[in-house]
Amino acid sequence: MSALKEKLGWRKVPPGGTISEAGSSALYKTGAWRSFKPVIDKAKCTKCLICWIYCPDMAVKRVNDGVEIDYEYCKGCGICAAECPVKAIRMEEE
Amino acid sequence: MKRIGLTGDEAIAYAAKQCDVDVVSAYPITPQTIIVEKYSEYVANGEVDTEFINVESEHSALSACIGASLTGARVFTATASQGLALMHELLYIASSLRCPIVMGIANRSLSAPLNIHGDHSDMMGSRDCGWIQIFAENAQEAYDWTIQAFRLSEDPEVLLPSSVNIDGFIISHSMEGVEVLEDEAVRAFLPPRSGACAVDPRRPSTIGPVALPDYYFEFKRQQAEVMKRVPVALERVCREFNRISGRRYGKFQSYGMDGARTAIICMGSAAGTARHVAKALRGKGERVGVVKLWLYRPFPVDELVRELEGLRSVVVMDRAISFGAPFGPLCSDLIGTIHGKLPKLKVLNAIYGLGGRDITEKDVEGLYREGLRMAEAKAPMVRVKYVGVRE
Ligand code: SF4
Ligand code: SF4
Repeated sequence: MSALKEKLGWRKVPPGGTISEAGSSALYKTGAWRSFKPVIDKAKCTKCLICWIYCPDMAVKRVNDGVEIDYEYCKGCGICAAECPVKAIRMEEE
Repeated sequence: MKRIGLTGDEAIAYAAKQCDVDVVSAYPITPQTIIVEKYSEYVANGEVDTEFINVESEHSALSACIGASLTGARVFTATASQGLALMHELLYIASSLRCPIVMGIANRSLSAPLNIHGDHSDMMGSRDCGWIQIFAENAQEAYDWTIQAFRLSEDPEVLLPSSVNIDGFIISHSMEGVEVLEDEAVRAFLPPRSGACAVDPRRPSTIGPVALPDYYFEFKRQQAEVMKRVPVALERVCREFNRISGRRYGKFQSYGMDGARTAIICMGSAAGTARHVAKALRGKGERVGVVKLWLYRPFPVDELVRELEGLRSVVVMDRAISFGAPFGPLCSDLIGTIHGKLPKLKVLNAIYGLGGRDITEKDVEGLYREGLRMAEAKAPMVRVKYVGVRE
């Protein structure tokens, strides 16, 4: 998969705006929209994965020692912090 | 070929039945209801092999149609009035995603006040939505156009949705003798949809992504260009349909234009009244004609200029109001069409028939008389009048 190098003219853009590849949104970092950022307190985290389930943007990643936020896509909505049963996620102003 | 009695709504349903439609999703609304009612009867009786998706609104109906169309299915729906208004945002998505859906519309007024009768306000409110828009005069035309619309929409050069419009009640609920084709003839004329479809699990793709200021405009510019391919494709479709039916369609149909000084331009059932009056007046030596527009979008600009060249004046009949605009929608299109090309043509815009108000022979004769008077005038002029409304 590759991002478009040059800007296509109207004759060349694909009909209907359909992109001939799936998952192209991975090429575009969208974390800059965020004004608050979730920070996980590893000491409190029980690795229950509730934040991983609830994140609407799949920005909570599973890693070996629990979970981690992918700040390149996290929008800072705070759902993970609200759902964490042990209050291990704090929303910090950017 | 056989002749059977069908209302306008039934004629559209019968045509869709013969078109081997894969998916229908629709919601009932007067005066369109008979179309989907009849079609669901075909489904219940096992007369068609169609997935009928019941939904809770027109918004969902067209959403389901878009999804189905993107899988490569042949898709049909129908609506009217408030239903079309509720579909509004999806109309644009269907055309922008290039979904060749066919929709029957029994044109009806828009609320308020609530009124279930015929006028063109519904389609005119969505005239910029990127659909091919066809207006049929009677049940026969509704039948013929529905079949042709599938061929046109699914043409690989086109891939755009089409609406086939009939005047609510006046046509949708009036029974006429309709000549229907044999099932096999329709099947041969309209083979199953072919070519690549957008949704294909073997070739995953992204449909309906976001396009920001750096790309959106290019997509819209391309869409405007695709519309320009429609007239050529339409000619191809109509020529072939003529071969199997003996009936010849096109962008518009003219009557009495030979040597005419004035002519009525209109769409839908009013064309019958206009032709009838024109015939009587021509019998008395008056030089009057009729141009009945079948294809409203894309608007047949160049062809109309050629057709109107010999006229001194033209009467444009609008069964809708464009509030705050200088003219009714059809007249605005016409004036844009003739601007700079037919500078001497005088234009009378007649707004008529709202909410199902009858347009009588006397009304039409009055319009011809006024058109003929305007034809004598030296200077160019444009006039708007409301016909058949109480002062
Ligand atoms: S703040 Fe929202 S987007 Fe970011 S990780 Fe939490 S749930 Fe996901
Ligand atoms: S919800 Fe809270 S405790 Fe559960 S994994 Fe996420 S951060 Fe850890």
